[in-house]
Amino acid sequence: MKGRNSLSGPLADPAGDAGYTVDHPDRVGFFTDTSVCIGCKACEVACKTWNAVPEDGLDLLGMSFDNTGSLGANSWRHVAFIEQPRSTGRQDPGLAGLPTGASGSGLSAEAVEPMLRHAPRGGGELGTQALPTAQETATRVSPVENLGMPAFTRPGDGHGEEGRTSFRWLMASDVCKHCTHAACLDVCPTGALFRTEFSTVVVQQDICNGCGYCVSACPYGVIDRRPHDGRAQKCTLCYDRLHDGMEPACAQACPTQSIQFGKLDELRERADQRLAQLQDLGVTEARLYGRDPDDGVGGDGAFFLLLDEPEVYGLPPDPVVVTRDAKAMWKKVGQAAAAFALAGIGAFVSTAVGGRR
Amino acid sequence: MNDRNGHSPLRAHEGAGEGAQAHEAPMFQGIQGGRPVAEGAGHQDRRRRSGKRGRGEQTMVPDAEFRSYYGRPVLKPPVWKHEIPAYLFTGGLAAGTAVVAAGADLTGRPALRRVSWLGSFAGLLASLWFLVSDLGRPERFHHMLRVVKPTSPMSVGTWILTAFGPGVGAAAVNELVPQRWRHTWPARLLNRLARPLGLSAAAIAPGVASYTAVLLSHTAVPGWNEVRDELPFVFTGSAAASGGGFGMVFAPVEENGPARAFAAVGAAQELVASRVMEHKMGLIREAYEHGHVARFGRGAEWLTIAGLAGTVLLAGRSRAGAAASGLALLAGSACQRFRVYEAGVETTKDPKYVVVPQRERLNARTP
Repeated sequence: MKGRNSLSGPLADPAGDAGYTVDHPDRVGFFTDTSVCIGCKACEVACKTWNAVPEDGLDLLGMSFDNTGSLGANSWRHVAFIEQPRSTGRQDPGLAGLPTGASGSGLSAEAVEPMLRHAPRGGGELGTQALPTAQETATRVSPVENLGMPAFTRPGDGHGEEGRTSFRWLMASDVCKHCTHAACLDVCPTGALFRTEFSTVVVQQDICNGCGYCVSACPYGVIDRRPHDGRAQKCTLCYDRLHDGMEPACAQACPTQSIQFGKLDELRERADQRLAQLQDLGVTEARLYGRDPDDGVGGDGAFFLLLDEPEVYGLPPDPVVVTRDAKAMWKKVGQAAAAFALAGIGAFVSTAVGGRR
Repeated sequence: MNDRNGHSPLRAHEGAGEGAQAHEAPMFQGIQGGRPVAEGAGHQDRRRRSGKRGRGEQTMVPDAEFRSYYGRPVLKPPVWKHEIPAYLFTGGLAAGTAVVAAGADLTGRPALRRVSWLGSFAGLLASLWFLVSDLGRPERFHHMLRVVKPTSPMSVGTWILTAFGPGVGAAAVNELVPQRWRHTWPARLLNRLARPLGLSAAAIAPGVASYTAVLLSHTAVPGWNEVRDELPFVFTGSAAASGGGFGMVFAPVEENGPARAFAAVGAAQELVASRVMEHKMGLIREAYEHGHVARFGRGAEWLTIAGLAGTVLLAGRSRAGAAASGLALLAGSACQRFRVYEAGVETTKDPKYVVVPQRERLNARTP
């Protein structure tokens, strides 16, 4: 709340803006290079282990290898899996000439998808708790779906080479973005959410009273309230480990350095180099997400290299921190309040003037 | 229809083509240039269940395609339950009745003053109950009082309610003191303080009635955020209608003239602001116009129209007419709150409300 751009726009030093003295540590973050992610989920496991994050419900979502579903109160890292009928750059998927047909994951996804839509939070509970079963939701979703399995033919036996498409898997480990302008932090009415000296955003569990405002404020759908516990939960960027000079658990566990931890300035430089390298290799669809300090949230502390549009990974294409419009909103509220007061005064005055009781 | 459906190409998208596509190529998510197919089929089904609007409408508009991650929500749907829209109503009621009560106090209308302070107090107590019980950790409600945070509408609202509450409480308790205790010194002290405290509460009441609009709009929820310019006027109109309506139900006709005027102005403002809001909606209109949200919307509109008509035509002549009109206004106000609340929740469950407008914004920026 100190200087210019405290509420939106580019801001070089969020910790300084939050009131830390000049000798605070440099801003740190994650650069998640999804082009080298192999979908091993070691990050999910390491995060859960280190932070003692409880089980998020055992679901078989039937849509891909992603059975976590999304980030949530009980999933602070989430690996997305996307199948696409194309290759990445000049990469050869090694499938040419094989009579293999399409995968069946679309079919199973179709069978499972109604469960998502009938869930109380429309699938938003993924990452926090298990989806209710068909009986619990009392829907008309058929409990039995024919997925064409088991079958005695090999996959693709019915197809020739002409049915063949190219193929790639996109995998991406999602995490809290630790925004430069964090809506969750700004709207928190208890001060439980705070900006650390590393410019990350952390919930103080002894303060949070579970009002849920941060859940609706986050433009990325990251933070959520933990059922039975009642408090808001999200990635802390391993605040405890940072104090001991260690890197966060997920980054340490990542076997391919898809998750890179470091000073944000260095990470941004590294990301720019990696992007240029990929584009030289013909991967023109590569792009950085959350890297730009001029974007709607002032840039992310955790940003990504993606191989397709953000929404394909479940990320909002152009998120904006709501505090950008706070002033305009309060102005309208002021006008409405004034109109309300005038109506009240006018009601009594007009009645008096009109001579009625 | 065209102006009412700024984004209806999505609706047009559910023609036969999509279904056919779903069977030809069911295997891939996020196919270049198209929506994830399995997800698209699901949406077709959804629209059919909820839609009074036909399929294949607006075929002149090119298909707006949007892509998502298996159709899963981008945002987290609110963890709030029905307590929050209920609070929006009771908070508005407390504010509206406080204004009426203070005016009645100053203009010598004892019956209207009495019922309105009691109504305000009841609304306030209900509000506090709803707000605290909806917390994940209700026993920590007082943590709201450890900071003053202008960036958080909830913190601002907490302090508005904290300033509003004692005055309403004092004025209402003063009304409740039994005759035989009236001469005791605490009762006399209270009686002396009741008016200034009550007036101070009435001065804060406009804040109580209006801040809830920014409370909802100050979120990433498209159905609340995108109506941020109109919602304050809808909510304060609704609060005035319910506050005046309450006086019409419980106070005698000869005293409730100002309550009728306040209610009529509030109801008219709510109706107009609500229409303007609907007119300016983009894609979120779909959430407002379908299913249970639409039923709340129709309820709010018709009850408020009926209540307004009754207030103007009947309420000055008969007690029964005034009571019926007041009840209609109260019910209309409650419907309005639930409608806006539920519409917002719906827009978080479907990724299209997030992805489509943001994608359009991006495309407009980078030609």
